[in-house]
Amino acid sequence: MRLEYFQMIDRIVDFDAAAGRIHAKAFVPETSPVFEGHFPGYPILPGVLLIETMAQASGFLILGLNGLSRMPFFAGSKKAKFRKFIEPGAELDVYATLTHDGSGFAVTEAKIESDGPVCDAELTLRVMDFPAPELVENMRERVRQIGLTPVGDMV
Amino acid sequence: MSSTFDVVADVIAQTSEIPREKITPESHAIDDLGIDSLDFLDIVFALDKKFGIKIPLEQWTQEVNAGKASVEDYFLLKNLCAHIDDLVAKKTA
Repeated sequence: MRLEYFQMIDRIVDFDAAAGRIHAKAFVPETSPVFEGHFPGYPILPGVLLIETMAQASGFLILGLNGLSRMPFFAGSKKAKFRKFIEPGAELDVYATLTHDGSGFAVTEAKIESDGPVCDAELTLRVMDFPAPELVENMRERVRQIGLTPVGDMV
Repeated sequence: MSSTFDVVADVIAQTSEIPREKITPESHAIDDLGIDSLDFLDIVFALDKKFGIKIPLEQWTQEVNAGKASVEDYFLLKNLCAHIDDLVAKKTA
C-alpha cells in the first residue's frame, strides 16, 4: 500500500474471469503520516481506506473483465461493516466478486481478511469511457505492476 | 401477480425512501420524485435483478443527451414500465 498515493492494492493473487472474482494482497505500511493522526499512540488504518481498498480491488476486477476498455469509478457502498482494527504492518487479503454487470455500472461484494474477517461491503462503481488517454496508460501500467492479466490479454 | 408498475413503485419506495403513496404512473422520476442519478443506479440495479433484464441506462441517457428522445420517454414511470415490459418480452421471446 502506498497510502499517500491512494495505491492500496499491491499484488493480484488470483483473477478468475469466468467466476467474476478477484483476490488481491495489500500490505499495510509500518509507517505513514496517516498513522500520526489516526490515532496518536494507537495507529490503526482508517475505515475509509479499508473501503477504498475494497473499491480498488473491485475496480481491478472490472478492468480485468472488460480488458481495460472502460474505467470504473467508485460510486457507492452499502452494508459496510468493520469487524476488527488493522494495525501498521498487517497483511490484507482483499476479495471482490462481481454480483451485477449493469448498463454503465457494476455491483460487487467485497471483503478483507487478515487472520479473520476485517470488513465487508456491497460496492457500486460507475463504468465509463476513459476520460483521459493518460489514465488508460496509467492503468495499463498499474495492472502490469500488480500482476493482473486482463481478459483479451490472456493467452 | 403484481403489475410492473407496482414492482417499480415498491422498488423506488424502498430504495429512495419516497412514500409509496406519492408514486404514481404519471410521476416523473427526476422532476416529481427528485431521484438523483446515484439513487437511480440503485433502482436500476434492483429492477435488473427483479425482472432478470439489463436496463440500457447508458443508451437511454445518450439518446436523451443527443436529443433523440425526451427525458419523459424513459423517466416518466408509466413509460419506464412500458420499456421494462418490452425488455422482459424480448428476453422471453
